[in-house]
Amino acid sequence: MELTYNRPFFSACRTVERLFRILAICLALLATAAHAQLTIEITGAGGNQIPVAVVPFAGESALTPAISDVIEADLARSGRFRTLYTGPQNLSDTSTVDFAPWRGKNADALVVGGVYPVGGGRFEARFRLYDVPKQAQLGALAFTLTVQQARATAHRIADFVYEKLTGERGVFSTRIAYVVKNGARYQLQIADADGANAQAALSSLEPIISPAWSPDGSRLAYVSFENKKPVVYVHSLASGKRQAVANFRGSNSAPAWSPDGRSLAVVLSREGGSQLFLMNADGSGARRLLSSSAIDTEPFYAPDGQSIYFTSDRGGSPQIYRVAAAGGPVERLTFDGSYNVTPRPSPDGKYLAFVRRDGGRFQVSVMDLASRQVRALTDTGRDESPSFAPNGRMILYATQVSSRGVLAAVSSDGGVKQRLSVPAGDVREPAWGPFLN
Amino acid sequence: MRRALLGLMAAALVAGCASTGTEEGSGVAVEDRKPGAGGAAGSATSVPIGTTTIPGDPLKDPASPLAKRSVYFDFDRDDIKPEFRPMLEAHARYLSSTPNQKMLIQGNADERGSREYNLALGQRRADAVKRTLVLMGAREAQIEPVSLGEEKPRCTEQTEDCWAQNRRGDLFYSGEF
Repeated sequence: MELTYNRPFFSACRTVERLFRILAICLALLATAAHAQLTIEITGAGGNQIPVAVVPFAGESALTPAISDVIEADLARSGRFRTLYTGPQNLSDTSTVDFAPWRGKNADALVVGGVYPVGGGRFEARFRLYDVPKQAQLGALAFTLTVQQARATAHRIADFVYEKLTGERGVFSTRIAYVVKNGARYQLQIADADGANAQAALSSLEPIISPAWSPDGSRLAYVSFENKKPVVYVHSLASGKRQAVANFRGSNSAPAWSPDGRSLAVVLSREGGSQLFLMNADGSGARRLLSSSAIDTEPFYAPDGQSIYFTSDRGGSPQIYRVAAAGGPVERLTFDGSYNVTPRPSPDGKYLAFVRRDGGRFQVSVMDLASRQVRALTDTGRDESPSFAPNGRMILYATQVSSRGVLAAVSSDGGVKQRLSVPAGDVREPAWGPFLN
Repeated sequence: MRRALLGLMAAALVAGCASTGTEEGSGVAVEDRKPGAGGAAGSATSVPIGTTTIPGDPLKDPASPLAKRSVYFDFDRDDIKPEFRPMLEAHARYLSSTPNQKMLIQGNADERGSREYNLALGQRRADAVKRTLVLMGAREAQIEPVSLGEEKPRCTEQTEDCWAQNRRGDLFYSGEF
């Protein structure tokens, strides 16, 4: 980090550099590269978009992809920005900006920057973010990077711009996990949040379901059927090492991490039925959380770790309930309809995403946990597995289009809609990973 | 006495010749019998022989009720329908008569709705099949009920016919899965 424009960002830069090192190791050690890339199509736009102009960075043609293209795509995909066409400009982080033409284009924000070789195959990317109406700089950063880090650097810049302009953290540098079924083969893939850099962490001829990120993003818990029955594994992404943490007699499924990463909630049938258990993350110390003669499944910790949401048919139909992580009385949360499943609390704990069946359609819905009001967010009818982005703004889920599994994302207010698909493959079981620092 | 002895020897010789001739001429009939059931070469065919059939592996006999391995369920149900009871009784008898035999029951569910909830529905079906077999005489420890949920559908079209085929429990003995 040779260059720092604003002192408060210095520590952020150091974290970023450390992160790149970790990321590079992770990518190098991940298993076989996946051939099919996720492509993202925006199918609905949000309101109140911030008009932003991202000027091509001076010298960025030395890198592939071009940094400004990735920043622009990230901001547009979030649904919170309207990116303005700038055309080639003779503008960089070292220029004095004439704001008049940008005011003329009604731009609220302007991003300019440059990419400069610093020797040894490394580059420095510098940029400045301006508030156009105020004609003031909102921030600036510099990164040193290798050619391979162009995309990751662009995501970091987009995160910075997003946070400065919306007040929320961006998720462009996060990753997603999902399962692709191609013919008889199942692959657990990890990709950047924009679908790029898809890598297979696990390839199997038997099904893989229910991937769940550890809170630090280094491991995935999931259910694999490679032993002709469901067994819960924990898989370290960097080393590829995997361990069966729940392989008891009967079925083992639905892993969920506690927010401190020390415990897993799982569903075991070893004592008959499908029942909730808590265990240490290494699989030791399994203890029953609840006792019922009904199905209890799909546990998910509240972000404060104090309670666990789950699906149960103890009331006669599958509905969503909540229990303290220490056990105790159970509270029913859904009453409307005969099929409400897969509870996923938002990162701030205020909302609950779940799947609700309404007249034969399965739709991702959101409950405001304070008012208990529910509304459907999607216009698709075969929704499964909702997963909040770590900033709570988007919900990734699986659905079907023409009998083919695709991933889709919807903003938590329902305004922005996207579709992510892999050519010639069935995609399902998405899980959005955590912030990485 | 000597003459009588000579006569017996002659008769034995004749019988020996005759038996050799018969054996050569009726190879097909002998092959039909399971190995070990027939006597040593040279035994007299004039003695009436009852056909002994060594039972093959009853698990591999397509005519045996044990050949039936699937129990089907109604939508969102896990009760065993009456038509599957005779088949389950045969399996329970077999398990109770072969205490070392182990069974895996894989429960399945149709594809609609949540994968994990469907896994639990499949488990409930596998548990129901196990409970029935234990009530009919199988030992608890012989049977492991597990679920494949909606993950291994036998039929992949989105029709009620197809879904009905996927609401199923499958029985496997050791070495079959």
